Amino acid sequence: MLQAPEITPEVIEADRVYQEMGITDEEFSTIKKILGRLPNFTEVGIFSVMWSEHCSYKTSKPLLKKFPTKAPHVLQGPGEGAGVVDIGDGQAVVFKIESHNHPSAVEPYQGAATGVGGIIRDVFSMGARPIASLNSLRFGNLTNGRVKYLFDEIVHGIAGYGNCVGVPTVGGEIQFDDSYQGNPLVNAMCVGLIDQKDMQKGLAAGIGNTVLYVGSKTGRDGIHGATFASEDLTEDSESKRSSVQVGDPFMEKLLIEACLEVIHSDALVGMQDMGAAGLTSSASEMASKAGTGMEMNLDLIPQREENMTAYEMMLSESQERMLLVVQKGREKEIQDVFAKYDLEAVAVGHVTDDKQFRLLHKGEVVTDIPVDSLAEDAPVYYKPSAVPSYFEEFQAMTEYLPTVMDHADTLKSLLQQPTIASKEYVYDQYDSMVQANTVFAPGSSAAVVRVNGYDKALAMTTDCNSRYIYLDPETGGKIAVAEAARNIICSGAKPLALTDGLNFGNPDKPENFWQMEKSVEGMSEASLALNTPVISGNVSLYNESNGQSIFPTPVVGMVGLHASLADITPSFFQHIGDMIYVIGETKPEFGGSELQNLLEKRYFGKAPSIDLAVEATRQMQILTAIQSDLVASAHDLAEGGLGVALAESLFTDQQLGCEVNVTEDATAALFSETQSRFLLSVKPEHQAAFEATIADAHLLGYVTDTSRLVVHHNNEALIDESVTQLQSLWKGAIPCLLKSKA
Amino acid sequence: MKFAVIVFPGSNCDRDMYHAVTNALEEEAELVWYQGANLANYDAILLPGGFSYGDYLRSGAIASTSDIVTQVKEQAALGKPILGVCNGFQILLESGLLPGAMLQNKKLKFMCHQEGLRVVNNTTMFTSNYVQDAIVSIPIAHQEGNYYCDEATLASLQANNQIVFTYQTNPNGSVADIAGIVNEAGNVLGMMPHPERASEAILGSADGLKLFQSILENWRKVYVAGA
Repeated sequence: MLQAPEITPEVIEADRVYQEMGITDEEFSTIKKILGRLPNFTEVGIFSVMWSEHCSYKTSKPLLKKFPTKAPHVLQGPGEGAGVVDIGDGQAVVFKIESHNHPSAVEPYQGAATGVGGIIRDVFSMGARPIASLNSLRFGNLTNGRVKYLFDEIVHGIAGYGNCVGVPTVGGEIQFDDSYQGNPLVNAMCVGLIDQKDMQKGLAAGIGNTVLYVGSKTGRDGIHGATFASEDLTEDSESKRSSVQVGDPFMEKLLIEACLEVIHSDALVGMQDMGAAGLTSSASEMASKAGTGMEMNLDLIPQREENMTAYEMMLSESQERMLLVVQKGREKEIQDVFAKYDLEAVAVGHVTDDKQFRLLHKGEVVTDIPVDSLAEDAPVYYKPSAVPSYFEEFQAMTEYLPTVMDHADTLKSLLQQPTIASKEYVYDQYDSMVQANTVFAPGSSAAVVRVNGYDKALAMTTDCNSRYIYLDPETGGKIAVAEAARNIICSGAKPLALTDGLNFGNPDKPENFWQMEKSVEGMSEASLALNTPVISGNVSLYNESNGQSIFPTPVVGMVGLHASLADITPSFFQHIGDMIYVIGETKPEFGGSELQNLLEKRYFGKAPSIDLAVEATRQMQILTAIQSDLVASAHDLAEGGLGVALAESLFTDQQLGCEVNVTEDATAALFSETQSRFLLSVKPEHQAAFEATIADAHLLGYVTDTSRLVVHHNNEALIDESVTQLQSLWKGAIPCLLKSKA
Repeated sequence: MKFAVIVFPGSNCDRDMYHAVTNALEEEAELVWYQGANLANYDAILLPGGFSYGDYLRSGAIASTSDIVTQVKEQAALGKPILGVCNGFQILLESGLLPGAMLQNKKLKFMCHQEGLRVVNNTTMFTSNYVQDAIVSIPIAHQEGNYYCDEATLASLQANNQIVFTYQTNPNGSVADIAGIVNEAGNVLGMMPHPERASEAILGSADGLKLFQSILENWRKVYVAGA
């Protein structure tokens, strides 16, 4: 590992040592120009992490500008720890998603755990109490031994951290596809609640104000984590285990309580967590955003290990650390709060007026860099993009129409596909109920968490069908946003805004950059159409293993608001005799479908089409029907189509059944993945009012007391299965795969 | 009636417990930091769940040595109701207020879901509002909830009618399906399931509320004239 501070600036230039830290020749000359001299070892390290994709978004910035980020209800868009949205009553919801893919690939437990810890800090650093966590996970297929290990340990890490820190893990999604075999995705989302008057920003304002370092001591863990996250995973990645941080959720819990106590003091000026690139990014970003400079004495940094160099301290990603700026002379008030929780809060520097980032160590100036050059003025690259040949090939294909002989058997097989199968094995390990506000825990379309003391609740979900995005990134991008909104709508809430977790392969490959470009375009268009601006997000590139890119996976995390607790709507059938409707036309669309995966073991052809105007109108009609109390249950149609949605709507302990009739092509009716469709159940007395509210509602049949799923095709029996049996196949699929010896 | 909810570093169900008492039961409660408190000022003491001291060493072990647990013991000796839930139960075991110990769940994983419990003793001050042998739905959320005691202790728990709740379907391997026990005097209850998370129907079950109502009613019988 690089840790030789005695390497002189001349040697760094002559031997191109900077390249090992991910700095290009061109970037090195820019650094020389900025400084008017050669940078020393510590400074090169600081530039390398701040200019890594993870911190600077240097590749993705031109794309991210396309996202709609403003709306009257958005109080804080991208740029702070997390985005903030007005939810009335002087309150706001704060949320963001973040990836921890590379660490999780080499050290799955700690990688996933610290991913959860990091995003929770982003939320409470805004002054919000974290009230819920969600995640979005991608793995290779569970037939591979290493994948099973990654799956178990990543879930274990999320549980180990989230359960201890006392933030309920209320929802998430998991897909399994071969493209993630060596490079799993771990995206963690945190949602917080705040009184608007308590909103904090990460600003180092007020010349002369004191910089306080709070939390865990700085060790050598996680050095160069941000740079590690910005390159491809290779066989050597195992040697980067030391780039993975180690989490302490107990420390985090103390930090949450202390920081949320401190926000009520007017002695606090600004607060930011030390996430990727640790002390370097938090300090320089706080100063850059405030238009100030900062000077810190590294001798004062609490250190876990002896003889740490300036380079190591500045690049460490030790967890559970916060940086605060407090009014000069009032340090004691703040320190006393932290002392109550046995936390150190050490004055390590002050805010300056010269816009320089200056660090002292052992009596010497070891870093003196214009602070804006690290943050706002980091380089931006416009990468070339090229249409991949596979896309043109897929678009030219004739429509893929699968042949299904036995619809009942096919339904059973689909229910056992790991992407569709019950994730109970996973979410049972998460404390989904702590804080006693969880109305819908994992297993519903969207999770629902009430706002205690008010007649309102928050719906939240993570979604991304990366198969569609692989087939057609623009259409797939639209679908990802629309599907998230559908889940929010089904729970009875109005979608408010979204956070994006953009996971892609190496952007230097023009085909990969094209995927990024197109999916961002599609997501932007859908965000505008559905009035769900992008308020925060994260970019994770270089998700490849041994030269193979992952499927493009721009995860959408969305939050919605229930105007009243009475609007909360389950995704399961409720009463015997209720009428079952499918909303929307069904076309034979199987490109990227679960049925295609089942029958062909690969994805090809066109992604399902989507008309955003139809989507927006339909979503609003359904929300109106729910708010008018006309809907007993609502479920969106997603992977596996109507057949799977019918089955899932019956998977409760209520012993209900259903009897429905489908017409035209039975395979399309049951398993097509045509977009913008919903499965609703309605009490018979609401039939007229319901049909008057919702266009394109097709009556399919009724909820029965038989505990059987019965489907007729043109009034002839097609499927007649025991719900209990289907449910046990669906529940048993993942535990069974984990037990089987591959 | 005034409840103390003890807050240790790492407690995370303290606010839930506070909410159950103040909003669902509609009685007075205070969050009491583990340092500098006087427990004589409260009528009942609640030890909430969570990960006190990060569960380092053993669940509940470090908290059980704190000064406030000495006060809890004093108040217990006076006959005040003491309820320990989840990590609170673990602290009661570690402090010796209740017999036995906790092992890892038999599947070695954390588990969180609604669980059917049988009220096997409705004669305690915590359970008098339940029907004897009623099945109630109260969630569990733990990794170390596999209650263990030796045969002599189990025999004495059974002989003294100290087993209060049992699992309908044993989720974690607990001896004799034990979910909750009281001390011999009957005023200290430890249980792994979380009644505070089951105090309102909107959370999936209100079956836990009766436990808090039992505490209140039994206290009133003694301390409120005419009640």
